[in-house]
Amino acid sequence: MTTKLFGEPVRRREDPRLLTGQGRYLDDLGRDALAAAFVRSPHAHARIRDIDVTRALDVPGLVAIYTWEDLPERVARPLPLLIPHPALTHGRTAYPLAREIVRHVGEAVVMVVAADRYAAEDACGLIDVDYEPLKAVVGLEEAVQGAQLVHEDVPGNLGTHFVQEVAGLDGRGAREAIEAAPHTLAFRLDIERSASTPLEGRGVYARWDGRDLRVYSSTQTSSSVRMAVAAALQLPLTQVEVIAPDVGGGFGVKIVHPWPEEVLVPWAAMTLGREVKWAEDRREHFISSAHERGQVHYVRVGFDDDGRVLGLDVTFLHDHGAYTHYGIIVPIITSTQLLGPYKIGAYRVEFSAVYTNTVQVTPYRGAGRPQGAFCMERTMDKIARYLGKDRTVVREVNFIGPDEFPYDQRMIFQDGRPLIYDSGNYPEMLRMIKELIGWDEHVGRPGTGIGIGCYVEGTGVGPYEGGHVQITSDGRVHVSTGLTSQGQGHETVFAQIAATELGVPIERVSVVTGDTRRFGYAVGTFASRAAVVSGSAIALACRKVREKALRIAGDALEADPADLEIEDGVVRVAGAPGATIPLGTVAVLANPLRYAFDEEATRATPFAGAADFDRPPVAEGDEPGLEGRDFYSPIRSTFAAGMHAAIVETDPDTAEIRVVRYAVVHDCGKLINPMLVEGQIHGGVAQGIGGALYERMVYDAHGQLVNASFMDFLMPYATEIPHVETAHLETPSPLNPLGVKGAGEAGVIPVAAVIASAVEDAEGIEIDRMPLSPSELFDLRTARDMK
Amino acid sequence: MKPPPFEYHAPRDLDDALRTLARVGTDGKVLAGGQSLIPMLNMRLMAPAHLVDINRVASLDGVEAGAAGVRVGALARHSQVERGRSHPLLTRALRLVAHPVIRNRGTVVGSLAHADPAAELPAVLAVLDGSVRLARWESGRIATREVGAREFLVGPMESAVRPGELAVSAFFPALGPRTGAAFEELARRHGDYALAGVCAVVRLDEDGQVAAARVACTGVGPVPVVVDVTEASRDGWDAAARRVQEEIEPEDDIHASAAYRRHLVGVLAGRALGGAAREAAGGA
Ligand SMILES: Cc1cc2nc3c(=O)[nH]c(=O)nc-3n(C[C@H](O)[C@H](O)[C@H](O)COP(=O)(O)OP(=O)(O)OC[C@H]3O[C@@H](n4cnc5c(N)ncnc54)[C@H](O)[C@@H]3O)c2cc1C
Repeated sequence: MTTKLFGEPVRRREDPRLLTGQGRYLDDLGRDALAAAFVRSPHAHARIRDIDVTRALDVPGLVAIYTWEDLPERVARPLPLLIPHPALTHGRTAYPLAREIVRHVGEAVVMVVAADRYAAEDACGLIDVDYEPLKAVVGLEEAVQGAQLVHEDVPGNLGTHFVQEVAGLDGRGAREAIEAAPHTLAFRLDIERSASTPLEGRGVYARWDGRDLRVYSSTQTSSSVRMAVAAALQLPLTQVEVIAPDVGGGFGVKIVHPWPEEVLVPWAAMTLGREVKWAEDRREHFISSAHERGQVHYVRVGFDDDGRVLGLDVTFLHDHGAYTHYGIIVPIITSTQLLGPYKIGAYRVEFSAVYTNTVQVTPYRGAGRPQGAFCMERTMDKIARYLGKDRTVVREVNFIGPDEFPYDQRMIFQDGRPLIYDSGNYPEMLRMIKELIGWDEHVGRPGTGIGIGCYVEGTGVGPYEGGHVQITSDGRVHVSTGLTSQGQGHETVFAQIAATELGVPIERVSVVTGDTRRFGYAVGTFASRAAVVSGSAIALACRKVREKALRIAGDALEADPADLEIEDGVVRVAGAPGATIPLGTVAVLANPLRYAFDEEATRATPFAGAADFDRPPVAEGDEPGLEGRDFYSPIRSTFAAGMHAAIVETDPDTAEIRVVRYAVVHDCGKLINPMLVEGQIHGGVAQGIGGALYERMVYDAHGQLVNASFMDFLMPYATEIPHVETAHLETPSPLNPLGVKGAGEAGVIPVAAVIASAVEDAEGIEIDRMPLSPSELFDLRTARDMK
Repeated sequence: MKPPPFEYHAPRDLDDALRTLARVGTDGKVLAGGQSLIPMLNMRLMAPAHLVDINRVASLDGVEAGAAGVRVGALARHSQVERGRSHPLLTRALRLVAHPVIRNRGTVVGSLAHADPAAELPAVLAVLDGSVRLARWESGRIATREVGAREFLVGPMESAVRPGELAVSAFFPALGPRTGAAFEELARRHGDYALAGVCAVVRLDEDGQVAAARVACTGVGPVPVVVDVTEASRDGWDAAARRVQEEIEPEDDIHASAAYRRHLVGVLAGRALGGAAREAAGGA
């Protein structure tokens, strides 16, 4: 039957639209809007002495020029610190337009509004900003020394210092456990800066009609942008609506909000009484949005003869960049998710996060986990190497057993709630990945290298999402949820859930996301949470609608609702052919009408007969219409897991690294749509390979980002990405009604660790730093040969 | 990323194009395939007051192959020349240039005029000792000059094209009998400008001995570095490759160190010379 769609590889319903140019992205809207452009700081650190706009005033088409001083008090304030944390003792955020000091190249200084973007950029080019350059702080080590400060009132550049410690079962701390361990190792591991780099940059388009403000933003959270904009512009929430149109990728950078432009563009639209639009260009995206990944980790580990980890002590440095708009989610995730599928005797993790005169750091797909997985998986490989054991064997002795769930890691996770794994089966997963890649046959084969990496990912974080489901008199089902879509396939999976819950063909289901006109309460799309949280909310809303439909149909068919079933959009009495009523008709009956506007509606009008005169047309406690709304608020995160393995070839002459095979075993609980999960994994692996072999943000000593374009920031093409082989394991989550876990970030998390593991295997050289280019592998070979 | 204002000219014939170029002089830029020029304009790295779009000029898109070699007109696209297969080395080099969509627009002559030291085609022109024909409007008529590769490729992003001049065609000499060629390079991503590349031509004598061996290297000097390794190859291709390594001037950049590039050129030179020699032997 077509309606049992949960778990089926249904093709993405959004693709025909998106692939044939029918998508409506931010810049497809507002054709007649004025264009905004920004003068951005060319200095990493400088004092603004003067801004002279005289030369720009003659540019044809110029409408307005704004500096910080022009902004009203509520708009002029520093941007909010989105997720305060007690350890972030010195949180600092930027002003929407720089006030006196600029702290990274790309910081917005002046806003120009003009007839079109050409004129706006011409005017930007003619605005003279007089800067007094200050010394820039670049790189973690320099920042830690604190000789030069990014923020005058942040001593030592230290924004955050945080320690979490979990004693062993014997009560011993990690350091003590390591001292007492039979074997110890200590090493440093580096991951360089990278970024989300969605193909569509940020963008905002605003319309003000004198009373209501409508904002379109290429965002991962329209509901929260709405609250932020309403607060900044001092408008009642009911007069602001925010819509995320089709969004060409987010990967984390678009969950940050409100961006300066998200406040300034609507403000300009209100001030000027004109539509205003800003569509970010690629250079702006590189230098003025957000980056991630750059961390330096110092690891000490103590273990026994079997490779069992008795104590693990990790100290790491995290780079805030210039500001902490989003808080410290990334290092918190590194420090907690580092543990992966393992039970570690005793664990201590300490991080210091420092300011530098670079673009701020906020979560990028994986959000601190790739760094954590790199630490843990490199550690496992080093233990294996030290003991002369197979790398998978060492992992296996450290696994949490399948019978040990729920497993409490005794830490506090990124949602402020306990880090308790809900379910999983790690030994089975290891068996599967070894079989998929052919581990035992490949290990030790000369000329190639094989690597492995494991991870656990907390997904589906709260606080909540909601779903609204309405069946109209034409039998169509309209689903809406407040969180947004950036290409994940929500239109497909949410429709699958609704079709399955309601027993209707998927063709009759439509899905709207990220539109505050349709659903106002929402959190956003991040942390692999949409399927878990919105998916569950939509299922619950469907169940409410179903219950009501069966009640009304029961009245109409004179049957007990418990005897009814819905199939193909028709309610019928189970086992009694003939007694049926289509859901569309149920919807008509659910909404008593006075006026007929079509044939269907006629049946609900006052003289259509069959009324019960002892009851009001809408029964007490009931509501007109066949619709339902519900929310799902998870008790805590649900923990997906995965294991990746790769085979690489390294060219003995050119030091090129080629990924020959890449295999993934993935467990995100119950699969709603295996094809879409695979798609998420493929995309994630591609980004992971980017991070492992190609992508880095290169800052020079003056804080200039020297590769701020796709010419020099080497995002891999399809030609650089191998075929990804996948297999699924399903350990349902006991925490939500669907038994699902998130999958959005899975593909990216262990890739750097896996490639490092494989290259190390091929070369016999320890790989402690990613990404790795042929030139760097050549350097490592040269250093080895000189020893 | 919008270009600064410029005046746009779309001449229909060569006279008109050259007259316009003469008039705008140093303020003008030729727009051919636009694959290099437009990004530079959009990033506001240059701001010419006039763009002279030659795409509508008839008679510039010819590719004439003869016994002596191939003459490629200024509007012949990379893809057109690649498919024409009129010169094996040119065809091979073109496959290494960018991606198909870019090759559909970019022009061979535009690439030479652009004179990127990392580009493949200037190296091909250099190793073959080809030439470029330049035309200008002078005293009421077209005047031309033919400039050899060595004089044409002046420095990084600098060719011998003078203000007011248009490169109307380029000539790539044929390889000749018992001659083989190869192009070896390493790019970080498929279709990117390479970290370094080596283009080699080897001619054998009647006895199968090396009569001439030459390479041109990309990405390791201000212009393609041409090295005659006929002598050095008497001690084998490895010796020839070492000879090439001595001649280049690689630099560090964010993608690779100078030391790596030097090493790489040695590897690529060995592969390219060996490949060219094998082809020469097979074709003898
Ligand atoms: C993503 C990408 C990757 C690329 N990768 C490579 C690569 O791997 N290898 C490579 O070689 N190239 C590469 N290119 C460049 C491409 O080959 C260009 O098309 C070529 O360099 C210039 O040709 P064009 O016709 O587009 O010239 P245009 O962009 O139109 O012009 C380039 C310059 O040459 C001048 N010019 C052009 N034609 C003439 C003429 N007839 N007379 C006088 N001056 C002229 C212009 O004024 C301008 O200064 C790449 C381009 C892109 C966008």
